[in-house]
Amino acid sequence: MDFTLSEEQEMFRAMFRDFSTKEVAPGAEELDHEEKPPLGALRKAAQQGFLGATLPEDYFGAELDYVSYALLVETLAGDCMSTAVTLATHVSLVAMSILVHGSDAQKEQYLPLLAAGEAIGAFALTEPDAGSDATALQTRAAPDGDGYVLDGVKTWVANGSIAGLYLVFASAPDGITSFIVEKDTPGLTVGYREPTLGLRGVAINTLYLENCRVSAANRLGEEGQGWDIAQRALDRMAIALAAAGLGVSEAAVDTAAQFASERVQFGVPIAKKQAIQNYLADSLIEVEALRYLVYHAAWLADQGGDLTYDAAVVKTFGAQVARSVTNRMVQVMGGYGYMEDYPMARKYRDARALSLLCGPSEFQRFIVARHLLAQKDIEITP
Amino acid sequence: MDFTFAPEHVALRRMIREFAKNEVAPIAAEIDREGRVPFETLKKLAQIGLLGVCFPQKYGGMGAGETGYCILMEELGRICTSTATNVGAHIGIGAMSIYLDGTEEQKQKYLMPLARGAKIGAFVLTEADAGSDAAAIRTRAVRDGNEWIINGTKTFNTNGSFAEIVTVMTVTDPTLGAHGGMTAFIVEAGTPGFKVGTHENKMGIRGSSTAELVFEDVRVPHENVLGKVGEGFISFMKTLDMGRLTLGAACLGGAEAALEASIHWAKTRKQFGAPLAHKQSVQWMIADMATEIEALRSLVYRVAWMVDTGQSFTQLAAMCKMYGSEVASRAIDTALQIHGGLGYSRDYPVERNFRDARIAEIFEGTNEIQRIVIASNIFRQHGVRIRP
Repeated sequence: MDFTLSEEQEMFRAMFRDFSTKEVAPGAEELDHEEKPPLGALRKAAQQGFLGATLPEDYFGAELDYVSYALLVETLAGDCMSTAVTLATHVSLVAMSILVHGSDAQKEQYLPLLAAGEAIGAFALTEPDAGSDATALQTRAAPDGDGYVLDGVKTWVANGSIAGLYLVFASAPDGITSFIVEKDTPGLTVGYREPTLGLRGVAINTLYLENCRVSAANRLGEEGQGWDIAQRALDRMAIALAAAGLGVSEAAVDTAAQFASERVQFGVPIAKKQAIQNYLADSLIEVEALRYLVYHAAWLADQGGDLTYDAAVVKTFGAQVARSVTNRMVQVMGGYGYMEDYPMARKYRDARALSLLCGPSEFQRFIVARHLLAQKDIEITP
Repeated sequence: MDFTFAPEHVALRRMIREFAKNEVAPIAAEIDREGRVPFETLKKLAQIGLLGVCFPQKYGGMGAGETGYCILMEELGRICTSTATNVGAHIGIGAMSIYLDGTEEQKQKYLMPLARGAKIGAFVLTEADAGSDAAAIRTRAVRDGNEWIINGTKTFNTNGSFAEIVTVMTVTDPTLGAHGGMTAFIVEAGTPGFKVGTHENKMGIRGSSTAELVFEDVRVPHENVLGKVGEGFISFMKTLDMGRLTLGAACLGGAEAALEASIHWAKTRKQFGAPLAHKQSVQWMIADMATEIEALRSLVYRVAWMVDTGQSFTQLAAMCKMYGSEVASRAIDTALQIHGGLGYSRDYPVERNFRDARIAEIFEGTNEIQRIVIASNIFRQHGVRIRP
């Protein structure tokens, strides 16, 4: 075992830190208040190669290992969770799905565009009646000559209004199938923008597919392979979301500790009060536990193999830690924690998304329990 | 023992619930979105006497006591925390401070219009460097003949931007500190030198106004001293006790609404072929929420009964506020989780209630201060004096 980051990973981390401080932190409050997607930061991120973070160099990616990628998401989330989630949706859910499951032609056509940020990726799985239960999809993919016609409504599509490429999941004759759909495809319409509690810089939209024709060349993987593709994408995304939870938690602790060191009540900085120390200590203990769970899961992703169990573990814990840490840190800051002129309220609203996004914690716990109970020959359903 | 409500309180609740449904609920989302105080609601509440619900009829009130006031806050808390906040600042701490410590003349002159809702009140204590440590305030009042001159800046004042009658805490003798050195005054808005400063941009309760108040050589007559010179701190602490109880009642309403929304959604939303209500994870959530709500309800109305029967209740009021705010926060967090993505959307009330609920753990004395109040009461009974 070796718990140190490599020299290269340390170097990357410093680079991410520098990038985030310069390009992400200054605009974070504005993105949130004005509910604007981080287009400027994405452009800058593309120049650094971050939009193709884990893609091979052959496709103009940065070819980062997963631990380095987790460090990137963690660092961005410390300054702006909206930017981190936007980028992770693009990389983990979309670009990596095409890399893993795409044909050579698909990879050559789309991955360089994604790496360069010329197209942002969006992931269209959820439907009004298929949230946790993603197998209940009603969007249809009807075979039609040399292609398919897609019909249906997708909700909660992250990056919906800014995407150039949509990974759409639909029910085809042989089962759930995924398709790469370009923005300008006739029949694809971006609809309602969800007004959210937090993550207000993430463009989350409804997507309408009406008589939307895609060629068979745009089918990702085989017919019926969609559920597997979605699961593996969600596994990768779960690790990225946990890394975002780590980043927002670390930043919250740091901000609140600074506040507690400066805020004087009863003649002393409130940091001298045991109750405040306990809030900080409990939070830091959770952060330390989460940090190594995240890096471990990221390391596992580099080793290959099935990630579903570990992804569910790290995402559930990451969401829980981010929620409890930001909640305590709001309390440390008192009234200032409740004011939108300080960053803590935004972190608190943003962090709350993590136990809902890409599968609620209740469903993640089912995955964890299923893994354990399968070893006892007990089969469970959600 | 008798745990039933008196018939007049049952009738009062029915009336308030009807009012909240017809007048408060339809605009609750709008006032949050627009960040505006619902003056029209305050006016209607005044018309039916609810802005003086707890005060005796001889002072223009409804005479429904603290129990009646808790019913009002619970029912408003179910529908709109902003409205409950506006009302709480007006009745529970603004008018209440005058009711508890005012002279007969002050009650006639100031409590009467407040109880009738002809004027709106506020209670002004916090300063930038004196939040939890309320005794650290620096706003000064200096005597000048038969007048006092007030100078200082107060922050985070609920209703501060539009209140017409404000009770303000000052330092009158810096050598004496909290006990002996602080005095409360009744100040009318419009008095020269009384200015409304910056407004806070809050995460929630956006239909309430939180503003800075600046006092620049504000002259008030000596007859506006509330209570006795030098005893302002004790006077304000008594008022805060009352405010804490009724804040607990508002939290009770918020928690109940969260439970009801959760039950409704658990019955409606189907996943994996069955309503969520059939999932044990959800059943546990509902059971825990309901249990905490029952405990909170018993606590709130027991303390209201203690107030109405003249018993001391400081420690229990702190428990109402602390436990109530934490129960409400847990309940609304659970409701959000049960609603999934929809709970995270501003199109559904759960999202607003989630933002709104969080303030109750912070304002009217943070929950840390409540724990200090509770612990110091307990230790005092055991011969130990503790300091914050």
